[in-house]
Amino acid sequence: MTRVVQFRIYRYDPDKDQKPYMQDISVEIEPTDKKLLQALVRVKAKDDSLSFRRSCREGVCGSDAMNINGKNGLACLTDIDSLTQPIVLRPLPGLPVIRDLIVDMTQFFKQYHSITPYLVNDDPPPERERLQTPEEREELNGVYECILCACCSTSCPSFWWNPDKFVGPAGLLNAYRFIADTRDTATNQRLDDLNDPYRLFRCHTIMNCVDVCPKHLNPTKAIGKIKELMVSRAV
Amino acid sequence: MVKRLVVGAGYGLRDWLGQRATGAYMALYTIIFAFSALTLPKMDHEHWSALFSGGLMRFLTFLFFMSLAYHAWVGVRDIWMDYVKPLGLRLALHLITLFLLVGYAGWAAKILWRL
Repeated sequence: MTRVVQFRIYRYDPDKDQKPYMQDISVEIEPTDKKLLQALVRVKAKDDSLSFRRSCREGVCGSDAMNINGKNGLACLTDIDSLTQPIVLRPLPGLPVIRDLIVDMTQFFKQYHSITPYLVNDDPPPERERLQTPEEREELNGVYECILCACCSTSCPSFWWNPDKFVGPAGLLNAYRFIADTRDTATNQRLDDLNDPYRLFRCHTIMNCVDVCPKHLNPTKAIGKIKELMVSRAV
Repeated sequence: MVKRLVVGAGYGLRDWLGQRATGAYMALYTIIFAFSALTLPKMDHEHWSALFSGGLMRFLTFLFFMSLAYHAWVGVRDIWMDYVKPLGLRLALHLITLFLLVGYAGWAAKILWRL
């Protein structure tokens, strides 16, 4: 049996609209439509002027991140039944809006690239792969899974106020991913780079990042571990 | 001057750790102070002065005020760094905060040794 779902969606087309507005729209969904993204695709079928990003539809690509009833999340992982109606959808907060639910992620990725997000190892390559013990590999669990959807960074007040200087939770989680990796030899440079009142220490442990992460990762814990390593290096 | 965004002041850890350490000390002092004050035989000026006449209590209390000043310096400076964007204004606010806190610490020491 079909059901009706009510939406209130942020709309803004810079070519046509003077300023953003909220559009009320409802759609009929099928019993097989469980996730918010499925309902959104039906909204798009009804009003094709609506723009939003989506790709894998299973929480891997991270492109359909948006603000859902006031909380950042992935539309493809959010159950329609878990939401009160009308479902209010807005673009991720703190980033410039390109159109409707699509934001300009340049600043977010600039911060991600600033942490050298790849293994640095100047040692001669071994004949086979660089090995890790199971314990060393274990440390990467809970950090390597980040899909860079930006839910965390765009829910972080410190990132809202200083997006150009504060790396943000996603960037710092990834920074820890390479600091924690025993195959990486640039640990000291990485810690030097983050020992800065803006880049790392704008984090005030608000923990919005932990609250919203659709992959249930814990950037605050990773940031704490970076600080711990800095202390162990300095004291 | 070429306008470029620069970061890398290199003092993040020192202040963060200092703020935690001073916070922990202030919590400890609060317990010591509350215990000392509540176990006074009588809450009057004579006993109050006697409490602070001991060298150890003066040392601990002075350390508390120094901790408070350092803790507040990092905390208030964080607020300016978070919200105040114009460099000149931010520097002015930093200096005002610093001067006030140094003044307060001196004032606290004066009161402490006069009690």
